[in-house]
Amino acid sequence: MKSEVVDTREPSAAAVAAAPPTKRTRPRRPVKRIALMVALIVLAVPFVFPTWWMVTSSFKPMSEILRIPPTLWPAAPTTEAYGQVFDLQPFAQQYWNSLYIAAVVTIGTILVSSMAGYAFARIAFPGANVLFVVVLVGLLVPAEVTIVPLFRLVNAVGMIDTHWPLVVIPIIGAPSVLATFIMRQFFLTLPGELEDAGRVDGLSRAGIFRRIAFPLARPAIAAVAIFTFMHSWNLFLEPLVFLSSKESFTLPLALTQYVDAYGGPIWNVQLAATTLTVLPVLAVFIFAQRQFVEGLAHTGLKG
Amino acid sequence: MSATLDRSTRRRATSARRRSTARRADVLTGYAFVTPQLVGSAVFVIGPLIAVGWYSLHDWNVLANSFTFTGAANYQRLIDDPSFVDSLKASGIFSAGLVVLNVGLALLLAVMLNQRMRGTTTFRTFFFSPVVVSLVAWTIVWGFLLQADGGINGFLSQIGVDGPNWLRREDTAMLSVIVVQVFKNVGLNMVLFLAALQGVPGEIREAARVDGASAWRSFRSITIPLISPTILLVSILTIVGSLQVFAQIAVLTQGGPGTSTTVLVYYLYQQAFQFNEFGYASTVSVVLFLIVAVLTLVQWQTRKRWVFHEV
Repeated sequence: MKSEVVDTREPSAAAVAAAPPTKRTRPRRPVKRIALMVALIVLAVPFVFPTWWMVTSSFKPMSEILRIPPTLWPAAPTTEAYGQVFDLQPFAQQYWNSLYIAAVVTIGTILVSSMAGYAFARIAFPGANVLFVVVLVGLLVPAEVTIVPLFRLVNAVGMIDTHWPLVVIPIIGAPSVLATFIMRQFFLTLPGELEDAGRVDGLSRAGIFRRIAFPLARPAIAAVAIFTFMHSWNLFLEPLVFLSSKESFTLPLALTQYVDAYGGPIWNVQLAATTLTVLPVLAVFIFAQRQFVEGLAHTGLKG
Repeated sequence: MSATLDRSTRRRATSARRRSTARRADVLTGYAFVTPQLVGSAVFVIGPLIAVGWYSLHDWNVLANSFTFTGAANYQRLIDDPSFVDSLKASGIFSAGLVVLNVGLALLLAVMLNQRMRGTTTFRTFFFSPVVVSLVAWTIVWGFLLQADGGINGFLSQIGVDGPNWLRREDTAMLSVIVVQVFKNVGLNMVLFLAALQGVPGEIREAARVDGASAWRSFRSITIPLISPTILLVSILTIVGSLQVFAQIAVLTQGGPGTSTTVLVYYLYQQAFQFNEFGYASTVSVVLFLIVAVLTLVQWQTRKRWVFHEV
């Protein structure tokens, strides 16, 4: 992935020499540049406006929220909706649920996938290839396919409406397989000399992993951490199937519950809760953009 | 002489023994390291996969507490079930629409951002930002915008256009869901295309320009062929992802109006958790698995074949 992002836009010396000198310093046409800029601004609207609309609408009273003509800025800003977010549901509890589940899943996945990835990449043990193929089956199975038997299983062990299935299944089940794959790819590139040095110093295999390989795997771990956290944070079908009480809900499920007696959404409250869910992640993204882009691009590169 | 020989042989034997002990320890460590993942694969992937196949051969209604072996009856029912055929059709329309719009827009954005111009990183941030927004949150906000009296129709009315009730009309509901999903994740594909575009050697395009090729011509005849593996890869990934669409449907349309947006996974969910037909739902699962598995295997094959393009 990283090696693909090589900037080759600078023409090579040969190409420059071959080009007529006048063309080399060709001035950028300002008209074209302005047109490009305008097009980019127009195209950015559907990406940026929803967030703006979400935040501003959450400060509107119910009477203003669906008003025509629409107001880009609340005429009479109120934080009333934010109070109701916490009155209608145990929202703080639900926030905490999402946060701690995602954190535990992320840490667990890093441990499980780095160990498995390391073993598959660096340790020659009988059956390694066969076992690796068995693990890779997880990449072929979308969560939706196994939801019925998993529901049965979770039900049979009495874990319905607990967070156990949302923690354990992602850490060692299908969702962690991509992480293991990425860790393995990383450890394959590790120079063998580093391990030899560790062995000379008397380190055991586990010691080599813990002291040498794992600390060196930081870029791969960062990628795994980001997409694992986002995956857990966004999970919807699994919580919907496994959880039943509002106290145990995670955020995506909780957001859909701000409805009135007729099932219609209470828009300003729902948007306030949505704002509280979205803005922290967006803020982290702004500060750690490169890591986010690289980490999430990995999810598009499985296999 | 013989003493030294003896000593060196002994030393070699000791070191060989030490090495084999180390190897045995290595093997044990290897098994220990992969055990959690293997247990997880067995219990949460392979086992459930076999179970789904087994369930699909049964008439199993949870409420009626019935579990009887019926062989291929569920598969016959699947073929005769117009709702299932509708859900296949809905998934087909969703996937086709999504892949065309998503890949097209991603490519366009990537090409625009690949220009040497100030501010492109800011726009990259804009286009990528929905990717990090929670899916349900993004969908709720768009659902709000797409209401009959929502933001989009509100702004349309300002320019004298009477917008439809996007999510409640058969001819606009599916399109709306597709568009919402395109804006959500097009940034991811854009980034993949951007990486591919930056791998296209500037010399080739420069040479084409010297030969008098127009920008469009050089894009079509040089850039597109060179990044075609990425286009194929991104397309398959997008299709595989699109087959798993669920939350968007659950939040925006609940499969309606009629069954126009009841895609495969939503149909599966309805059968299992609304109608308690676990056996029949498992049959739908098997079909979904086969489609996704075949597409993913095709993707791995293409990646292997074009691996030299990835530098």
